[in-house]
Amino acid sequence: MTADSRTADRPPAALRAEALEALLTERGLVKTDVLDGFINRYVNDVGPLNGAKVVAKAWVDPDYRARLLADGTGAIKELGFGGPQGEHIVVVENTDEVHNVVVCTLCSCYPWPVLGLPPNWYKDPAYRARVVREPRALLAEMGLVVDGAVEIKVWDSSAENRYFVLPRRPAGSENLSEEELTALVSRDAMVGVADVKVAS
Amino acid sequence: MDGIHDMGGTHGWGTVAIQPDEPVFEEQWHARTFALGLASMGASGTNLDAFRHALERLHPVEYLADGYYGRWLAAAELLLVDSGVLAPGAVEARARRLGGEDVVEPADVEVCKPSYERGGPGSLRQIDDEPAFEVGQQVRARDLRKRGHTRMPAYVRGRTGVVDARRPAAVLPDSTAHFTGEDAQHVYTVRFESTDLWGSDAEVSTVYIDLFESYLEKTL
Repeated sequence: MTADSRTADRPPAALRAEALEALLTERGLVKTDVLDGFINRYVNDVGPLNGAKVVAKAWVDPDYRARLLADGTGAIKELGFGGPQGEHIVVVENTDEVHNVVVCTLCSCYPWPVLGLPPNWYKDPAYRARVVREPRALLAEMGLVVDGAVEIKVWDSSAENRYFVLPRRPAGSENLSEEELTALVSRDAMVGVADVKVAS
Repeated sequence: MDGIHDMGGTHGWGTVAIQPDEPVFEEQWHARTFALGLASMGASGTNLDAFRHALERLHPVEYLADGYYGRWLAAAELLLVDSGVLAPGAVEARARRLGGEDVVEPADVEVCKPSYERGGPGSLRQIDDEPAFEVGQQVRARDLRKRGHTRMPAYVRGRTGVVDARRPAAVLPDSTAHFTGEDAQHVYTVRFESTDLWGSDAEVSTVYIDLFESYLEKTL
């Protein structure tokens, strides 16, 4: 892309970002500590560990699981998680018959309160383009082979609802504590591009 | 609008790899741009829907050139220039100066932030209108071809699906992105069979997509 005249001769993005911050700071329109706060929130406080706690609790507590599936936003708030990009969270459950996977084809909408900011693969045009059209093939390329008998449901986050996958509890995890289960649950499983596995 | 952002179902992008242990921000400027992107909405007097529309209005080369945060950076600048908070070319001139070039920065221009009213924080609204569609009903995505912002992807245009759920009513991004009002309306999750979207030889799956009431019409 750099050969294009639109972008070839301009300063690199890092300098343009520094320039934008300086221009806004000088005008009193942003404060450095507020920007630092936004960053720290998603580097240190809000990430997929939140979602993993939700999943583990749902696995060990049938009442919580029922509340989570009926009112995702409310049940997630019970654990203290909420905020931007989480106004209305819908939880979809993977079963032996159904596999759910989440995308935003138009931008990269993602349930920030439970997963933090999206990873590169979620923002990749290949993911956004293909998962609505050939999810089984794409998931296999990403390392998840979904059994041919399992229905795949793709959720395109095109409005302000945010989708969150409750993965299947893995075989062999029956004796694990909620805390141990939490450690098993990956970000990718909560978007639907991986299964949860017990460490061997 | 029809554009680079509306990627669902398009061909030619290759494959995608999961990068294990990816940091939240790979580069320092990604982190600063994330925060600046959030701050740019307030500083420009705009909103999240206008920010998404700014992403869409970027030239396709610009949209892709520096990845996700590259387009955030360009969209933030676009909103700030639209609002007169920054002069056109101000960011580039400052960046060149930071890079050691001796360039003159453009003079400030008149601030002209959009004026519009919000019915409350966030996007969800309570509305009294009776829902036009019910769960289980067959509906068709209207063949809309808007020049401005919309959240109806091209791949469902004219396609028939079934209402799977009604979600909380929300402001219509097609209006709020252009500061013409909120036009809050019902939102439905509509289920489409992959073969109805992509043809009879498509991989079999179902696609669930959230559509505003005005995007839909009855099939009978």
